[in-house]
Amino acid sequence: MDSFFQQLVNGVALGSIYALIALGYTMVYGVLRFINFAHADILMLGAFSAYFLSPAIQLIFPLPGIGGALVVMLLAAIICAGIGVGVEFCAYRPLRKRPNLAVLITAIGVSLLIEYTCQHRAVFGAETRPFPQLIAERNLDLVGLTVSNLDVLVVVMTVILLVVMWMVVNRTKIGTAMRALSFNREAAALMGIDINRVISFTFAMGSALAAVAGVLYALKAPGIEPLMGIHPGLRAFVAAVLGGIGNLPGASLGGLILGLLETFAGGIAGLSNYRDAIAFSILILILLFRPAGILGKNSVEKV
Amino acid sequence: MTEACGSILGYTGQFSLGHAGFMSVGGYTAAKLTLVTVALIPASFHPIAFMIACLLGGLAAAVAGLIVGIPSLRLRGDYLAIVTLGAGEIIRVIWQNTEAVGGASGLSGIPKSTTLGWTFAFAVLTIYVVLCLVNSTYGRGFIAVADDELAADAMGINPVRYKVTAFVVGAFFAGIAGALYAHHKQTIVPTGFDWLKSVDIVVMVILGGMGRTPGVIVAAILLTWLPEQLRVIADYRMIVYALLIILLMILRPQGLFTFKTRKGASVS
Amino acid sequence: MNSSDPLLRLRSVSIRFGGLTAVSGVDFEIASREMVGLIGPNGAGKTTVFNLITGVYQPTEGEIEFCGQSLIGLKPNALTRLGIARTFQNIRLFPSLSVFDNVRAAMQVRNPHGMLSALWRGKSFYSGENAVEKSVMELLSIFHLERMRSDAATSLPYGAQRRLEIVRALATQPRLLLLDEPAAGMNPAEKEELKELIRFIHEKFEIGILLVEHDMDVVMGVCERIVVLEYGKMIADGSPEEIRDHPAVIEAYLGNEDEDDWNEEVANA
Repeated sequence: MDSFFQQLVNGVALGSIYALIALGYTMVYGVLRFINFAHADILMLGAFSAYFLSPAIQLIFPLPGIGGALVVMLLAAIICAGIGVGVEFCAYRPLRKRPNLAVLITAIGVSLLIEYTCQHRAVFGAETRPFPQLIAERNLDLVGLTVSNLDVLVVVMTVILLVVMWMVVNRTKIGTAMRALSFNREAAALMGIDINRVISFTFAMGSALAAVAGVLYALKAPGIEPLMGIHPGLRAFVAAVLGGIGNLPGASLGGLILGLLETFAGGIAGLSNYRDAIAFSILILILLFRPAGILGKNSVEKV
Repeated sequence: MTEACGSILGYTGQFSLGHAGFMSVGGYTAAKLTLVTVALIPASFHPIAFMIACLLGGLAAAVAGLIVGIPSLRLRGDYLAIVTLGAGEIIRVIWQNTEAVGGASGLSGIPKSTTLGWTFAFAVLTIYVVLCLVNSTYGRGFIAVADDELAADAMGINPVRYKVTAFVVGAFFAGIAGALYAHHKQTIVPTGFDWLKSVDIVVMVILGGMGRTPGVIVAAILLTWLPEQLRVIADYRMIVYALLIILLMILRPQGLFTFKTRKGASVS
Repeated sequence: MNSSDPLLRLRSVSIRFGGLTAVSGVDFEIASREMVGLIGPNGAGKTTVFNLITGVYQPTEGEIEFCGQSLIGLKPNALTRLGIARTFQNIRLFPSLSVFDNVRAAMQVRNPHGMLSALWRGKSFYSGENAVEKSVMELLSIFHLERMRSDAATSLPYGAQRRLEIVRALATQPRLLLLDEPAAGMNPAEKEELKELIRFIHEKFEIGILLVEHDMDVVMGVCERIVVLEYGKMIADGSPEEIRDHPAVIEAYLGNEDEDDWNEEVANA
């Protein structure tokens, strides 16, 4: 029974990271109706930003330490928000009017571009680097379970960020604009909403979340390397679709479910080799039988 | 070089079917991987056996295409791309874990039966089949579905049936291409047919102009030949490639080789 | 199916989208070779009924029958095979295909030669293709489109495109032709031509026609019978004269800003 709860905790922690990343996918999809393949790479860039920033930050805030860690995350988020906006501006904006497939291919192109450029010797190189310990890992004893303080941090941060996101989307002007855009882009434009600004903002938010997720992920990962985003990115994407793409609470729910599934399945012998296949299978099954996801709504094409 | 060139020609069959407006990013991997088993069983040097092996590979791939296609082709474009990508990956994982086909290390020691002659012959066959299919009253249905699925539906053209057909035919030729590839490289590894390869093919199709056969052929040759020539910048090759994809989509999504005749209808 | 069945019958047809009942309790029939118009103020549900008949939507209640056969659950292409053809409000021609090929594509539904024929290319395939070519050219000539056969369908002037779309629908050899606001975007001269065209088709092809239209002039001038919808319900079903003086219909239109328009339109028709 103990190990069940242990797995539960691990699953929740993992799921939280997926949820953070999934939020980015879902927000962009909700507003732009396209799947940003490059999102997973932003995660990687967030981790790398943190990697390069920490020596500098160390001079001001003590690292390892929660204060310093938060500062690093914030800065990484800002950097990645900028990158996200930049990518949108250069690669996706020119394609605004084009069919979805074109944008998808472009997104793949951007993703590959980021990955290969970072793998190049002059940039990051392909080897795995150890990630600095932004927070000293300690195991806490909570109700008889061993919980890493990192996991606690992950969950707490995810919850906080989710709430912040929810407030932004539902209570601010720009959030309302985002929602308007997701329903009908032309009408929103006609209502005087500055589409470009809202889209840039969406990308910035999503990328910032991915960056934070990247740092959190890197804290627990053996190291960072340019292709590190692919795995969690895929899981998060499935999570977003599972929960209902375009739906924020759905993304969180999806993330959680996927995290739990993966943790529990990882414990079953023989299945771990098939992890990728399982993730894809879930994805396919959802798209085939309930494309709207758990919390999503169906939309009908008007003739 | 000519061999690599030729083997790629086999791939062009895919979408030249004025393809019903969908993109199966992962479709090929499915196709290519199924050939593995079949193409190797009759591992003999006899030319007839080789031809049969290739055709069987194609058939196996077509079956895989059918299994993947029938449920998925009801989905919208970008969802379809994801699903087929997923299907391809699932197949890769299955192959990696199946000892019968060598697991992660794949199969080696395949006789080098692929020659330029065979490749060319199959390529010609592919082109012939595609052209025959599309340039018929029946075949106009493919273009109709690609243009406007709803209108085609209203005109009595069953979009799902056409899409599945195009998909399966494409898978068949992908299977043959894979068989040729295997007998050329003499080894196959599951990761050799990953989704990146599918992206390669898709880029070829886009570069050549979707659904326009001559363009796709030229694009295929170009994209296979060029990297060889540009070994000098090997380091930057993939970066350039990625850039190429992006620029292509932004600047000329109709491909480099789509020309509209004066009268307006595209050359096909 | 027997000959006493009407061409098209809707019985208590309703459809709900979530909480909204778009159409409820619609009941009408079309006899073979009848020319019926479907009108109503904006939002009355005309297009919804249209889409219900053409298989785009499935009714939540009620029955739709074509020559006695239920249409529920059938996809549009199956309906076309049964003999129902339609045009679209925003013209949906196939842009990659020429004028000739747009019609030719629609001929496939009656074409016994499928994929295997196209590959095998035996003698019967070629005679089939020749027959198709002949039929397409015949159709195009009747409607004066034969000279543009190789042009891109979308390069035609608007009126010709509308004609082409109708020709394409006729290529499927329907028994019932549904026209979705064919007069949209036309000037008075074009509307006269359209009325002529519809009457011509009705006579020459001897098919039933259901016309959804806003333009009273066109509807009154062409239809034998008119069905009127308001807020998703039927409020009248009768001859043009009956509809013209029908109190409920007048009120339905008067209820909008079109009050003077109604009198004007009725006077002009």
